[in-house]
Amino acid sequence: MQIKLRVNGKSLDFDVEPRLLLVELIRDHVKLKGTNIGCDTTSCGACTVLINGISAKSCTVLAVQADGCEITTIEGIGTVEKLHPMQEAFYKHHGLQCGFCTPGMIMAGISLATELENPESDEIRLGIEGNLCRCTGYNNIVEAIKTGLAEMKQLAKNANIESHFDRKEIH
Amino acid sequence: MSLDSKELKAGRVEEKLVGSSFRRLEDPIFITKGATYVGDLEFDDIAHISFVRSPVASAKLKNVDVSEALSQPGVIAAFSAKDIEIPPITNWINKVIERPFLASDKLRFVGEAVAVVVGETKALVEDACEFVNIEYELTTPIIDPKKSANNEVSLFESCSTNIVASIEGGDFANSGEVIIEAEFSNQRLAPCPMEARAVVAKIDGEMLTVYISNQAPHSAKRSIGRYLSIDESNLRVITPDVGGGFGSKIGTYPEEILIPYIARKLNRTCRWVETRSESMVSLGHGRGQIAQVILGGDRDGKIRSYCLSVIQDCGAYPEIGANMPALTRWMTSGCYDIENVDFKSISVLTNTTPTVAYRGAGRPEAAYAIERAVDIFAAKIGMDKAEVRLKNFIDPKKFPYETKVGSTYDCGNYEESLKRVLKLANYEKLLAEKEKRIKEKSDFLLGIGISSYVEITHGFPAKEFGSVELIPGGKLSVKVGTLSHGQGHRSAISMIVSDITGVDPSNIDFYQGDTELIESGVGTFGSRSMQSGGVACKRAADMLVAYAREFVSKNLRVDPSEVEFSLREGGQFSVGSKYLGWSEIYSLAKNEGIELKASENYESSSPTFPFGAHLAVVEVDVKTGKVHLKDMFAVDDAGNILNPMLAKGQIHGGLAQGISQALYEEFIYDQDGNPLTATFADYGFPTAAEFPEFHDELMQTATPVNELGVKGIGESGTIGATPSVVNAVVDALSIYGITHIDMPLSPENVFNAITIAKESD
Repeated sequence: MQIKLRVNGKSLDFDVEPRLLLVELIRDHVKLKGTNIGCDTTSCGACTVLINGISAKSCTVLAVQADGCEITTIEGIGTVEKLHPMQEAFYKHHGLQCGFCTPGMIMAGISLATELENPESDEIRLGIEGNLCRCTGYNNIVEAIKTGLAEMKQLAKNANIESHFDRKEIH
Repeated sequence: MSLDSKELKAGRVEEKLVGSSFRRLEDPIFITKGATYVGDLEFDDIAHISFVRSPVASAKLKNVDVSEALSQPGVIAAFSAKDIEIPPITNWINKVIERPFLASDKLRFVGEAVAVVVGETKALVEDACEFVNIEYELTTPIIDPKKSANNEVSLFESCSTNIVASIEGGDFANSGEVIIEAEFSNQRLAPCPMEARAVVAKIDGEMLTVYISNQAPHSAKRSIGRYLSIDESNLRVITPDVGGGFGSKIGTYPEEILIPYIARKLNRTCRWVETRSESMVSLGHGRGQIAQVILGGDRDGKIRSYCLSVIQDCGAYPEIGANMPALTRWMTSGCYDIENVDFKSISVLTNTTPTVAYRGAGRPEAAYAIERAVDIFAAKIGMDKAEVRLKNFIDPKKFPYETKVGSTYDCGNYEESLKRVLKLANYEKLLAEKEKRIKEKSDFLLGIGISSYVEITHGFPAKEFGSVELIPGGKLSVKVGTLSHGQGHRSAISMIVSDITGVDPSNIDFYQGDTELIESGVGTFGSRSMQSGGVACKRAADMLVAYAREFVSKNLRVDPSEVEFSLREGGQFSVGSKYLGWSEIYSLAKNEGIELKASENYESSSPTFPFGAHLAVVEVDVKTGKVHLKDMFAVDDAGNILNPMLAKGQIHGGLAQGISQALYEEFIYDQDGNPLTATFADYGFPTAAEFPEFHDELMQTATPVNELGVKGIGESGTIGATPSVVNAVVDALSIYGITHIDMPLSPENVFNAITIAKESD
């Protein structure tokens, strides 16, 4: 089946088997290996990506269902030189060890910004229930996401102020 | 949580890095592109492998027919036992028992590999596996280790007994005014590293390169080389990033030897990436130990005698799990000074997944047994649990202390760690709150659980390799034989080397997990890495500075004692007003054809014994049996701490696994040996919502065993946490006369225990 979708801002066309999973498309066809497969029951969330800005387990979505969608993976949010605030927060708080759950965990954390306003730790814990980690005991992940969300909010606020001034100048 | 101590960005500073919460060097790539695991590697023209596994626990295998699978689209080859021309694996613990690479005459557990299909894509191979026909005749399985010990059925015809290993007890007699007897079970667990197993075998003429997700690449090389009769020079084993192991990836599994075997046979690069459901039944399991304890003590709280008898479930073949009782034995008497101690064990076969080492490996079982027994004893004599412990701890002045089972504890201060955790948790206030809830007849009872643990790390001291070499640009190349699989060794070892050489960690190239680049190595398990590979790299760095000093002195024609070395400017050698940095030294040495390189095979003289005290606070809903872990306090001492942020990360992960054993996890078989928890949907893998924030403190009692003063920190959290949580739940329910509930303390198990206790009241 023919599909067209955007991955990390790049428009791509594929001819895929109907049974191909989105995570397989990302890993085997787009060749982005940051998104991982950790289970076969939609339990672990290592494959979490953003579909149109909202987190989704890419093992639970057929590639054909993502036709026309905007997909964002760990490779699409920041670079070593310019980290996304959520990446920076994981780095700062030691929110990762073996790294396998990390890309999915970071994407899940980013997605919480659309769901929660000033979340408490308990809300974050519930918010990432779909993402499993065996190394960290989640302690530092929760800290990282809390920091990352606060930073994202601050950045958005700054961006709003800037665009407000920009508009003023135009008038 | 706060990052105690200063946060430092990568970058050489004047002050020492060791002891600081230096951020991980591994992370920038891990958080932007993701780490590179075996399944991520790209190869041209790669073939994919899937296994067909036994659907039953016990059967006579009559026939395996792969012909129909062979005719499926995209299939290149298919194998059953009769196509495998290498002899079976001879067991290391019992020479009579052989483990075939593919099941040949018997099926011995659900998940045992029976056939292999190779094809062009992963999907086509999985499709074709459906067409492998296995013909078998069911036989009676043995799932219960106690029944196995009674030899109701002999599982191997070559053996007269199902007991494959045993440790005899000594002369022992109970002593003390009060004797308590109890049986505790350490249920079977699935290790569940987030990355399951994966192997790529790459063929390049005579050369075979095996990429494997493993904790000990050099021993993987030995195993593969031995079974496939490959000359050492034609075999290279590489472990790229490894997504966790927790002990389950120490050994080399039959599947992991079969992949290179098939690749050679087909002369084609092959990959196997294990699925999770496959991993749950064929990656080794952990724990699976039943303990019978007899503890004797006086009414004043003094413990007089302690005997621990263990039945270890090995599963279908005796692997590392069969040897776990030896590790349990080392830690029999825990933190206590007891005159009269005994240990005995048997390891038995069952028709289940073989057991292996799992985080803690034998020591959690020992700590659990004695910490539960001490609590029962304290309750029996009506003494506070903390007080009983304080009465019996080994006196800090007695170290090194030899226990009655022959372990020599290096150093410790159990009293201080317990006192600190009681203070951290505000113990007195908790006791008052507990009493208040009982008085109010609350349905949410509070329980406070203490455990004091001591454990053994680097239990089998073996030589470990480390080297430091000066390379172009004044950078360093550091190589080590240990194998980080999440622990952050690149960061920790770079910190050590940077502090000695002055070279910025960003200018240190770190290598591990490649048998071609690293001449020898033991690997990472048993919390051994910093006290083996870390010390080796430290010594190599010291030697490199000495060699460079000598080189500079010759070059400038002065006595070596006149050459000053300082960490300034990334490491500087000076004579009078003349300064030479590492980069200039490299160029000068190269001109003279001299390589500046130091390597060390360091052998530690003995193991080390980390210790600590944990305190769990639970709220038990007596109407439903649900346990809510309200708070978790931990004071842990693993000697000098190289990086508190990394050390606490290890403790957090350990606590989570320990708590999870107490409350959630259990790998369950039905009576026919069918696994009931073989997916992440069924197994009690805990999420973030199951845990509170951890309150932790590090204590640092430097060990005299090595010059870094370090012990291992990888497993402590797991070892201390489990008994503290169970002790807390039993403490909450003590008003019903409950003295023990077997793990996991699920609502069902707790509710049943309450119901039975109320009925018998």
